Amino acid sequence: MKMTGLPLWTDRKVEDLIGNLLRVGVLLSAVVVFTGGVVYLARHGGEAADYRVFHGEPNELRTIPGVLRETFAFQGRGIIQLGLLLLIATPVARVALSILGFAAERDRMYVAFAVIVLVILLYSLFGSS
Amino acid sequence: MPIWEFTVLVWIGSAVAGLLGSLTGLGGGVVLVPLLTLFFKVDIRYAVGASLVSVIATSSGAAAAYVKEGISNIRIGMFLEIATTLGAVLGAFLAAKVSTAAIAIIFGAVLLYSAYLSAQTRVRLTSDDIPDPLATRLRLNGSFPTPEGLRQYYVRRVPAGFSLMFGAGALSGLLGIGSGAVKVLALDQAMRIPFKVSTTTSNFMIGVTAAASAGVYLSRGYIDPGLSMPVMLGVLAGSLLGTRILFQAETKWLRLVFSTIILLLGAQMIYNGIAGKI
Repeated sequence: MKMTGLPLWTDRKVEDLIGNLLRVGVLLSAVVVFTGGVVYLARHGGEAADYRVFHGEPNELRTIPGVLRETFAFQGRGIIQLGLLLLIATPVARVALSILGFAAERDRMYVAFAVIVLVILLYSLFGSS
Repeated sequence: MPIWEFTVLVWIGSAVAGLLGSLTGLGGGVVLVPLLTLFFKVDIRYAVGASLVSVIATSSGAAAAYVKEGISNIRIGMFLEIATTLGAVLGAFLAAKVSTAAIAIIFGAVLLYSAYLSAQTRVRLTSDDIPDPLATRLRLNGSFPTPEGLRQYYVRRVPAGFSLMFGAGALSGLLGIGSGAVKVLALDQAMRIPFKVSTTTSNFMIGVTAAASAGVYLSRGYIDPGLSMPVMLGVLAGSLLGTRILFQAETKWLRLVFSTIILLLGAQMIYNGIAGKI
């Protein structure tokens, strides 16, 4: 990457990239959630809604492999959950992208900060179950 | 109530919550959980899960716009996200240990505090333009575009801001909210960051903070797709509409109405928590 006298220049490029990533991630997840919602309502719209008592989600909707299996089985709830996973992944991808951005600026301190945040996020997603 | 009717009503409620939350800068999450638990009789754990997901959507949606305009400070955000994500993981684990009544009471207290904060007119705290050594070392100082050109600002009291952010993260993980009020307190009051930058940077951080607890929530089975679908789509629609109006509308009276609603919801949450109705 070309180094100019203005650090703002590279900052702006990273900011633009991050802005686009966030926009695309949210839009994509909203489309997937909506699609799953249509399938879900078409099949179960007439049943009674009951969220008074907490049962917890079944195992298929709690893990990433489970959600993928449900999606391929074309289950509405599985597709919605996939959209929600995409949504959760959006900020994670944003942090990962920031690592590249800071690295391009040779800002080691902020590469380290971003890596710490990414590790915490990945721990929550994969390590907490 | 049949699922389709429930879905439509929850969507409308969430859209209104998202619109008000975005116009007042308090976030939709803060009224979503009371709305779902008090009016739709949803168990607070499902409500918190759905709210958390919607918080990610609004934060990311709005942040996309602000980051592009160069208002958010990405370095401040990234540095403080270390504190908020750690807090958020802790908060999400606590959510499983604490009783639902206690969660309701803590939630009510946060609502009362948010109402108090939003009813106050923000005093512009001008910082003397002497750079703080720690903030300078962390490269936190920045500038943002104003009609008169770029304005430089200096960040201060970094440790205080960092600690407050840990607390904001823990609340976010425990209650499924963005904790915008606490984040702005840290950025605004403690670190003396200009209003516009603190609001947008806080929004920018909320998504990452919520994602840190979302993983824990998902594996615990708190995120129900049937409920999260209308909540997320509704809040997103409402808040996107809100950010379009944000730059034009005078929102003083709106803040007053919204803080009154929050005040009442907060009192109701505390009452229900104490009376064991949640």
